[in-house]
Amino acid sequence: MLDLTFDTPKPKRITGAKHDWELVIGMEIHAQVSSNAKLFSGASTAFGAEPNSNVSFVDAAMPGMLPVINDFCVEQAVRTGLGLKAAINLTSAFDRKNYFYPDLPQGYQISQLYHPIVGEGEVLVEMGPGVARLVRIERIHLEQDAGKSIHDMDPTMSFVDFNRTGVALMEIVSRPDIRGPEEAAAYVGKLRQILRYLGTCDGNMQNGNLRADVNVSVCLPGAYEKYQETQDFGHLGTRCEIKNMNSMRFIQQAIDYEARRQIAILEDGGKIDQETRLYDPDKGETRSMRSKEEAHDYRYFPCPDLLPLEIEQGWVDDIAAAMPELPDAKKARFMADFGLTDYDASVLTAELDSARFFEKVAEGRDGKMAANWVINELFGRLKKEGHEITDSPVSAAQLGGIVDLIQKGDISGKIAKDLFEIVYTEGGDPAKIVEDRGMKQVTDTGAIEAAVDEVIAANPAQVEKAKANPKLAGWFTGQVLKATGGKANPKVVTELVAQKLGL
Amino acid sequence: MSIDIDTARRVAHLARIRVQEEDLPALAGELSGILTFMEQLNEVDVDGVEPMTGVTPMRLKRREDVVTDGNMQDKILKNAPDAREGFFAVPKVVE
Repeated sequence: MLDLTFDTPKPKRITGAKHDWELVIGMEIHAQVSSNAKLFSGASTAFGAEPNSNVSFVDAAMPGMLPVINDFCVEQAVRTGLGLKAAINLTSAFDRKNYFYPDLPQGYQISQLYHPIVGEGEVLVEMGPGVARLVRIERIHLEQDAGKSIHDMDPTMSFVDFNRTGVALMEIVSRPDIRGPEEAAAYVGKLRQILRYLGTCDGNMQNGNLRADVNVSVCLPGAYEKYQETQDFGHLGTRCEIKNMNSMRFIQQAIDYEARRQIAILEDGGKIDQETRLYDPDKGETRSMRSKEEAHDYRYFPCPDLLPLEIEQGWVDDIAAAMPELPDAKKARFMADFGLTDYDASVLTAELDSARFFEKVAEGRDGKMAANWVINELFGRLKKEGHEITDSPVSAAQLGGIVDLIQKGDISGKIAKDLFEIVYTEGGDPAKIVEDRGMKQVTDTGAIEAAVDEVIAANPAQVEKAKANPKLAGWFTGQVLKATGGKANPKVVTELVAQKLGL
Repeated sequence: MSIDIDTARRVAHLARIRVQEEDLPALAGELSGILTFMEQLNEVDVDGVEPMTGVTPMRLKRREDVVTDGNMQDKILKNAPDAREGFFAVPKVVE
């Protein structure tokens, strides 16, 4: 059983001119579903295509076109729901959210307001070893993405590309359980990690495949606890929604700015207007999106083009049976099976590819040593050169070979680093390289003894000093290791030096 | 429920339908009439009756995740009042 005992982190407090204030944050994450075709049409979802080339007549909202749902997108939403330990609704339905905007050719977005496909779930957000926030998920629904407007290609015109129009999104809605900017970023990070493990969204924030709307309000200390007891929003402050952010850093900055803005208004005796705001990263501030205000009357109604979506429990069970091991479980297993620290296990499970690589290196070997080599040597080197683990020049088998040689005592830790460098830059079988280049550690006492004798004979003055101050014996060890090109086993050398000097 | 002239004007604007000011009273009257008719339906007791979502016993048809459509930029842009470099060109809309 997974041990998920943890302490709850302290909420972030901001000191105002008059009181301390606390933050209350809820998030809506729009995650693009990983699929080949769009949610309701057969057009491609590929990023970076020629403008308006991945567009069908359905996406362009030509008269008479009808949507037909993509089965795999439904499966992905169910898989995501299961990954967030959420209830799956066997019957869900689609609604139209009506608004006018140039990047929305239909004049409405097909979404799921009244009957979403996924109900309540949860995400455990670690804030440090043994400290975590359990964020409740309210729902996940499937909906269409809008197109993309480009405003800087012409002084008087906006250019519109419908390639993204109709691509499937999962909107993942949290409860207001997030209590600070760092927690908000960590929540997005954890959700992104889970989605990537599940393969339901690639999490590419730069391309806009994962975007966040953040609802921020502030309250006096104690008010939030009353909300949690009663689930009555009346205890919380009026919230503002900051739209469409696709960077962890901007999310944190925007929340911090917005909280301080609200506090200043409240302490000044004013009141917060519930509104939609936009974060301007250049100015570091949020501002009201006045033009969106009238669009808030969405006139939702059930989409007459689509029957309710009914799925079978057996189908859900099949998806559940094929679920991959998720980050929390994998991390706990790495700590239990390989004796890793919380930190090392977190680093290794951050990405599925890293975890897989590590497991291959660690299989049948010392787990801690394997973790050390993967994290400190390999990751360090890859990061320096801007490589991903997937294009590592050193394979898991090669790195495992190096660890084997250390474990057998064939090479010292220092030589192992040289060997790693050779394998990284030139490739090859580590054992063969060690053999061919004479890198094997000398454990033969006779050969080491000769080297020790030589150094002692050549440095009579040092010998006298060392006899007076045994701490100086280390100097001899260093000289012997140098003389043997680092191949002598340091432990054996130290012992022999002490013995020969009569210490 | 009755629809006043302001509401009629607002609904027309949201739907981007241009209605002349002098036509609004008649339009408001018609919309009110429709809503009044709808309200009559509320008199029917529908406790325990599942909402009907279709008149035929069909299930939602689903499609495989295969790319079968697209690659017709020229056709997509054909009816556009203005198109440049493969994009629809519209009067500037900036937040």
